[in-house]
Amino acid sequence: MKKLLIVDDEPNIVMSLEYIFKKENFEIFIARDGAEAIEIVENTIPDIILLDIMMPNVDGYQVLNHLKSNDALAKIKVIILSAKNKTSDIELGLKLGANKYIPKPFSTKKLVIEVNELLNKK
Amino acid sequence: MSSFLVISVIVIYLSVIFYVAYWAEKNSKSKWVNNPYIYTLSLAVYCTAWTYYGSVGLATTSGLKFLTIYLGPVIIIPAWIILMKKIFRIAKGNKISSLADFISLRYGNDRFLGALVTIICVVAIVPYISLQLKAISETFNVITNHNMSSNSIINDTTFYIAILLAVFAAFFGTQHTDATERHKGIITAVALESIIKLFFFLIIGIYVTFYLFDGPSDIYKQASLLPDFKNQQSINGVEGGVNWFFLSILSMIAIMLLPRQFQVTVVENEREKYLKKVIWLFPLYLLLFNVFVIFIAWGGNVVFQNQQIDGDLYTLMLPLFNNHSSLALIGFLGGFSAAISMVVVSTLALSTMLSNNLIIPYGFLRKYSKGESEKNNESIKSIRRISIFSLIIVAYFFYKTFTLDHSLVSIGLISFVMIAQLAPSFFGGLFWRRGSSKGAKYGIIIGFLVTLYTLVMPFIVDSEIITSTFVNEGLFGIQILKPYELFGLQLLEPVPHAFFWSMFFNIITYVLISVNIIGSYRERNFAEMFVDSSKYAALHEDAYVWKGEAYVRDIRKVLARFLGEQRTERAMNLFFMKYNIDKNTQYADARLVNFSEKLLTGSIGSASSRILISSVVKEEEISLLEVLNILDETQKAKESNKELKERDKQKNEFLDTVSHELKTPITSIRALSEILLDDDDIDPPTKKKFLTSILSESERVSRLINNILDLEKLATGKEKLDLQENSIKNTIQKSIDAVRQLAINNGIIINDKGVKDAELFYDDDRIEQVIINFLSNAIKFSDEEGGIVSIYTYLVKDNLKVSVEDNGKGINSDELIFIFNKFYQAKNQTILKPAGSGLGLAISKQIIESHNGKIWAENIEPQGGARLTFTLPLNTN
Repeated sequence: MKKLLIVDDEPNIVMSLEYIFKKENFEIFIARDGAEAIEIVENTIPDIILLDIMMPNVDGYQVLNHLKSNDALAKIKVIILSAKNKTSDIELGLKLGANKYIPKPFSTKKLVIEVNELLNKK
Repeated sequence: MSSFLVISVIVIYLSVIFYVAYWAEKNSKSKWVNNPYIYTLSLAVYCTAWTYYGSVGLATTSGLKFLTIYLGPVIIIPAWIILMKKIFRIAKGNKISSLADFISLRYGNDRFLGALVTIICVVAIVPYISLQLKAISETFNVITNHNMSSNSIINDTTFYIAILLAVFAAFFGTQHTDATERHKGIITAVALESIIKLFFFLIIGIYVTFYLFDGPSDIYKQASLLPDFKNQQSINGVEGGVNWFFLSILSMIAIMLLPRQFQVTVVENEREKYLKKVIWLFPLYLLLFNVFVIFIAWGGNVVFQNQQIDGDLYTLMLPLFNNHSSLALIGFLGGFSAAISMVVVSTLALSTMLSNNLIIPYGFLRKYSKGESEKNNESIKSIRRISIFSLIIVAYFFYKTFTLDHSLVSIGLISFVMIAQLAPSFFGGLFWRRGSSKGAKYGIIIGFLVTLYTLVMPFIVDSEIITSTFVNEGLFGIQILKPYELFGLQLLEPVPHAFFWSMFFNIITYVLISVNIIGSYRERNFAEMFVDSSKYAALHEDAYVWKGEAYVRDIRKVLARFLGEQRTERAMNLFFMKYNIDKNTQYADARLVNFSEKLLTGSIGSASSRILISSVVKEEEISLLEVLNILDETQKAKESNKELKERDKQKNEFLDTVSHELKTPITSIRALSEILLDDDDIDPPTKKKFLTSILSESERVSRLINNILDLEKLATGKEKLDLQENSIKNTIQKSIDAVRQLAINNGIIINDKGVKDAELFYDDDRIEQVIINFLSNAIKFSDEEGGIVSIYTYLVKDNLKVSVEDNGKGINSDELIFIFNKFYQAKNQTILKPAGSGLGLAISKQIIESHNGKIWAENIEPQGGARLTFTLPLNTN
C-alpha cells in the first residue's frame, strides 16, 4: 500500500483529502503544520506528500527545503496544494523541487488522477 | 651653516613631501588619507609663512594685534560650520570647483562675473605667493648667513624651489580633468606639513620661553622694563578696539573666501560630517600656533634691544644668536613648509579658476565644441599646468622686481582686503534672493577700485619711495581724498580704513543695483536654489527648471567631446535608469539638460558648460513664478507618489490575504461537495458530517465578507455611529451571553465580578461587537484546563476603561503591536481554525478609534496571560 501524507492546517480540507485517498487505497498520514510534517516524514518515508504552503510556524516552503536537502527524503513526490496562485508563487514552489503545483480550490477527481500519474511514472 | 647642508635638507624634505603625496594618490581609498583629521589639518593651510614669521614681527611692535587674524576664524567657527553645510550642498549638487564658479553660478552662470572673480583672486593672491617666496629666500639667507638671491636667476636657489613647487602642483593637481575630483595627494601632503610647521614652531616657542628665559613671567618681567612697552602692548583704547574689530571681521571673511581656503574646505571635502571634528580641532590648532608668538616677540625684543634686527626674523635669530644652529634649521624648515603649502594650494585653486572661468570660456569653447574628447581633456589639463607655472613664475618675478620692503603682514592684509570684495556678492547670494549679477559685478569693481585707491596706491608710493604728495595731501591736493583718511575718517589704521570704505561702497552698489534692476530669469532661478538650498537639495536634477526644446542626440554629442563615448554612454544610461526614462527617448527634458550641464561643469566650469549645452538646445524663458510652481509640484508629486505607492502596496497585500482567506473555505466546500456528488455509497453519518462542514465553511465565507465590508465602512467613515446613553454593565452582559456557549464548549469560566456600571454615550451594537471580540479572543488563548477569562471596568479620569484578561500563555512580546492588524493571527492559538476571520481585532480598533478611545494589548506580569483593554471618553460631544 502506498503511503500518502496530507499536510494542511484546515481540518475540513484534511477531512476531504483523507476520505478520497482512503478510497484509493492509500495509507494516510496527517500533519497539521510543517513541524509535524517533518517529524512524520522522518519516521515513515511516505511515497507522496500533499503539501499546503501557508501554515503557522513552519510553512510548506520550509518543509520542501528540508526534504530536498536530505538524500533519503529527496525522492519523495510532492504536490503543493495552495491558495497562493500567483505565477511567482508557482515558480518558487517548482524551483524548490515540488513535482506539481495545484492551486486551491481544486477538483478532487483531477487531484486523484495527478497523484496516480505521478506515482506510476518511473 | 653651509648653504650646501641647508639645500640638502630642503631636497630631502621636499622628496619626503613628494613621496607622501604620491603615496596618498596611489592609496586614495586608504583610511590614512580619508579622515576628518587630514581634512582639518589641511584647513591649516591658513597659517602661512606670514603666521610663522609675520605674527612675531607684528607682536614686537603692536602687541596683541596679530591675534585678530586668528581670533576672527575662531569666533566665526560655529557660524562657519552652519554656512559650510549650506555651501557644501550647493557646491556638490552643482559640481562646483572654485570660488569663481560658485559666484558665477549663483548669478546665472554669468561668464563675465566668473572671470572678474578670477582676476580679483589672481591680483590679490599672486603678491601673496611672492611674499612666501620672499620669506623662503630671506630666511635661507639668514640661516646660511649668505646671499641666496644673487642677481642672476641661474644662481638663485629660490627660483629652483619655485619651479619644483610648480612641478609638484602641476603633477598632483591635474591628475583628473574634472576639477571637482579630490586632490588627495596634495591634501595629504598639506596636512602633513601642517603638523610639521606647528610642531617646529612649538619647539622654537618652548625653547625661547623655557630655555632662553625662565618661563612666561620671566619674559614679561624683562620685556616690561623696555621703553615703549606699555605703548606697544595694549589695545589702545576705543580707537584700537575699532581697528581690532575690523581686522577680526576681515579675517572671518578670509577664512571662507581665500581661494586656498575655499579649495581645501569646499572642493576637497569628502564628507559633511568631517565638520564635527573641525569645530574643535581647528580652533585648537590656531590656539597652539599662537601661544608662543608673544613670548618669542618679547624675548626677541629683550635680547635684541638696540640692535637693528627685523622682528619678522626673531624665530630664526634667537636660536642663531645663541649658537643653536640646528634649532634655527628646524625653525627654517617649519617656515618653509608653511610657505610651500600655501604656494601649492593657492596655485592649484587659482589655476582651476583661470582655466575654468577665464581661459576656457573666453578662448577655447569653439575649439572644444569641435575637438575629440581625448584631445580636449589633454588641452584642459595643459591649460591648468601652464597656469600653475605662469602663476609661480609671475610671483617669482614680482618678488624679484619689486622691493617688497614691507613686513609680511601688510602685503598679506592687502590681499585679504581684495578678497573681501567678493564677500557681499558671495554671502548676499546665499541669503538674499534679489541679489543680481549686475549688482555683484559693479559692487566688486567699485570695491576693488576703492581698495586700489586707499591701500594699494599709497602702499606702492611708500615702498618705491617716490616723492609724492599723494599720501599726505590727497589726490590733486584735495584733503578729503587723502587715501589713508578718506572723507576725513581718521579713526582707522590704513588696512581697516581701506576695508571699511571698500566694503561700504561695494555693499551700497551691490544692494542699490540689485534692488533697482531685476536679473534675468535664469539668475533668479539659481538665486532661489542657493537661498533655499535645503529645500531644493533633495530634488537634485529636478531642482533646476528649464523650458525649451532639445534632442538627446545633440546633448550626447557635446558630452562625448569631453567625456569620451564610453563615459558618456555610461552617464546617460545611469541617468535614464535613475529617472526610469526610455533609453530611446528623442527629446531631452529639463532634467537631462541640467544633468549634462553639471557633468561638464567640473571639467570646464559652469559658465562654459552652460554655453556649450545651450548651443544645442532651444531655450525658452520661464518665469520665477512658474519655476516655484513647478518646484512645489515636483515636491508634492514626489511625496504623494510615495504615499500612493505605499497605499498601493498595502492594498495589494490586503487583497492577497482576502483572496487566500476566501479560497480556503471554498476549497473545503468544493472538495466535500464533489465527494458527496460523485460517491453514491457514502454512509449516512459521514454524509451528515460533510454537510455540516460545508455549512460551517459557508458561514465562514459570509462572516468574512461581512467583516471586510464592516471594516471598509468603518475605515472610510461611511457608517455613522449611533451614539446613545447606554449602561456599560448591560452591554457587557449581552456580550457575555453571546459567547457563553463558546466558553462552555471550551470549559472556560467567565468572571464578571470586576464590572461596575457606568452610563455614557456610545454605539451599543458596536461596543458589544468589540467586547465579544475581546472575549472570544481571550477564550481562544486561555488554558485548556481551568481556563478563566475575567472582565473588569475602571473609571480613570475622564475615561472608562474595559479590560479582558485570560490566563493563557500570553502574547509574544514581538507580536503585541501587530495583533490589531488586519488578518494577523497569533501563532500560539490553542483552538484550531476555522475560528476567526483575522479581522476581529482590526475592526475593534476601528470602532474604538472612531469613538475617540484607545485600544491596546499587554501581557500580565508575572502570572502570565494576556490583557486587552479599550477606553471610552466619558464626555462625548
